[in-house]
Amino acid sequence: MTKLKVALCGLGLMVIGSPALAEGTEYRIGVIRVDAPAPMPISRLDLPPEDLGIAGARLGTADNATTGGFLGQTFATEIVVATPQTAEAEMQKLLDAGVPYIVTLADAPMTVRLADIAGDRALVFNALATDDSLRGVDCRANLLHVAPSDAMMADGLAQYLAWKRWDEVVLIAGSHPEDQALAKAYRHAANKFGLTIVAERLYEDTGGARRTDSGHAQVQKQMPVFTQGLPDHEVIIAADHAGVFADWLPFHTWDARPVAGSAGLVPQSWDPAMEAWGGTQFQTRFEKSAGRPARSEDFQAWAALRVIGEAATRTNGGDFAAMHDFILSDKFDLAAFKGQKLTFRDWDGQLRQPILLVAGNVVASVSPQDEYLHQVSQLDTLGVDRPETECKK
Amino acid sequence: MKNLFISAALVLAVASPALADKVFVTNEKGNSVTVLDAATLEVIHTIEGLQRPRGITASPDGRHIYVCASDDDLVRVFDSATYEELPSLPSGADPELFVLHPSGNPLYIANEDDNIVTVVDVETRQVLAEVPVGVEPEGMAVSPDGRLVVNTSETTNMAHLIDTQSYQIVANVLVDSRPRFAEYTPDGKLLFVTAEIGGTVSVIDTSTNEVTGKIGFEVAGVLPEALQPVGLRITADGTKAYVALGPANRVAVIDIASRSVSDYLLVGQRVWQLAFSPDGRFLYTTNGNSNDISVIDTASDEVTISVPVGEQPWGVVAVRTQGEG
Repeated sequence: MTKLKVALCGLGLMVIGSPALAEGTEYRIGVIRVDAPAPMPISRLDLPPEDLGIAGARLGTADNATTGGFLGQTFATEIVVATPQTAEAEMQKLLDAGVPYIVTLADAPMTVRLADIAGDRALVFNALATDDSLRGVDCRANLLHVAPSDAMMADGLAQYLAWKRWDEVVLIAGSHPEDQALAKAYRHAANKFGLTIVAERLYEDTGGARRTDSGHAQVQKQMPVFTQGLPDHEVIIAADHAGVFADWLPFHTWDARPVAGSAGLVPQSWDPAMEAWGGTQFQTRFEKSAGRPARSEDFQAWAALRVIGEAATRTNGGDFAAMHDFILSDKFDLAAFKGQKLTFRDWDGQLRQPILLVAGNVVASVSPQDEYLHQVSQLDTLGVDRPETECKK
Repeated sequence: MKNLFISAALVLAVASPALADKVFVTNEKGNSVTVLDAATLEVIHTIEGLQRPRGITASPDGRHIYVCASDDDLVRVFDSATYEELPSLPSGADPELFVLHPSGNPLYIANEDDNIVTVVDVETRQVLAEVPVGVEPEGMAVSPDGRLVVNTSETTNMAHLIDTQSYQIVANVLVDSRPRFAEYTPDGKLLFVTAEIGGTVSVIDTSTNEVTGKIGFEVAGVLPEALQPVGLRITADGTKAYVALGPANRVAVIDIASRSVSDYLLVGQRVWQLAFSPDGRFLYTTNGNSNDISVIDTASDEVTISVPVGEQPWGVVAVRTQGEG
């Protein structure tokens, strides 16, 4: 080691061996969370923390900054919490300020609107909406999905049920459009992995408070009756995106059958109990910085920030075009505590990722199950594969 | 027990001192260290009562065994002959892997949670320095001349080269995703770094600190995603590197001159870390999901036997004990 190198490197910011390194690149990233008014969740344990998703974005920014510190790259993240009324104006403000990477935490219709406003001025990372339509008929060329799709999560659960030979399924769906879309994903998954849906029931949301004092007293009588008289089945799948009834199903069904889907064994992108593949390290760092356990929204926002950070690292401080091309190329991969590299599908912009199957306080399994193989990537056994995509971007 | 040991040690000393080679295996889930007689591969002792032991190494004279007890937040120290526990070393939070200076002191420890490398004097048990590195420091290596210590950071995806005198980072070398382990060739000219998620081994020329080659892996019938390089060891003559491929259940043999894989050896499930026998004739592999170690004959590159140890074996080191009690 020459004296010159030691002297220069005393700053701790020097990389030797990267001649094309761009020193002093700043990456500006916007994070927009759009809070629509929503009813209270059934359980107070599910009340959303104020910094939901945002805490993940902050940790992702910190991780990027540490790495960037060795490469002369800085990361400035502007975080905006908007309402459905203000979201579009906030997006416009970020674009006018020249912010080219935007992470959204919004529902599907709002996500599309924000992506359309961005046009070719920004790359948008969807870190919340799971709707299959966003990856299909409503896909956009500038919109990438870090959140897994409903189809991926339904397939992840269906693979496990097929592995268990629990192939006679009852599907109970809520009445909201997003519940019906989720039910469609479960029907597709059942067909794909050889499960039989022996009966379907619709749970009408008649409004009213989700939580009342002694609410369980009525539920205890209502839920058994609601699930009475079903044909022989091995498991009940609940499709309850809106969070109206699924949490009340376990232990209240007429027949002694396990519940999966929106309650019971739940497919998720992340869970605070995840400890495999170095996950404990993420949990510990997140908990230290946020003061609470990480939820899926936090993991997804973190991963979105890390996609940007990883592309900045690998492109040597590349510009917007270089970053965009790199992220969608087969050279991109992200390590995100899921046991294998995560990459983007070029046909619909979806981040491939394993799906956790969470049962209460433990991660009971992770899909894809070993037995399901694929000619390209085992992760493509989850969700909408290239030949069946409806995305024409 | 002590008397018994002394008589056993005397017998060994008379019969054949070279037989006192021992293999120490940390059992991450078993919260123990299994000790095997290297000659017979029989379990001769189990050290209990560690919380999540992972990384393990030995002093150059083989007398002291150092163990990263991750959930104790300590480096625990044991006498390799008597298994007596010696005073622990401070480690920083959640120690996983570490490396000893070739002189036997100090110890360089990766602290995953705090993005630092902790430098500890093993004699005074004092922390000498904390060196800030990238996100999730993991693998540790030291150059044969002892002038540089290397840390790999799993989320930053770099090998950080740290001057052992000044504790300054002198170079940061970008490698593939999730670098887990680093090791120098005995002549110090090359530095090998495994990338678990990237699926490659980077070869760094230490005269320029540039990646001059990447070695990938391919095994018929094994999913490419399962080929995840973790532990790596280089033979004393510098001709071969052995790479543990994690869930692929194989150890790859790399011919260093041609930088190509010459063989894949089937071992146990989720092969994690590797260690040579003191004479270099054997390589021991920890197989985390099959609760055993495999023994590879380094002359023939054949897997000769698998031996059950504790639950989820993680790290391994082999020493030649002095035969003293």
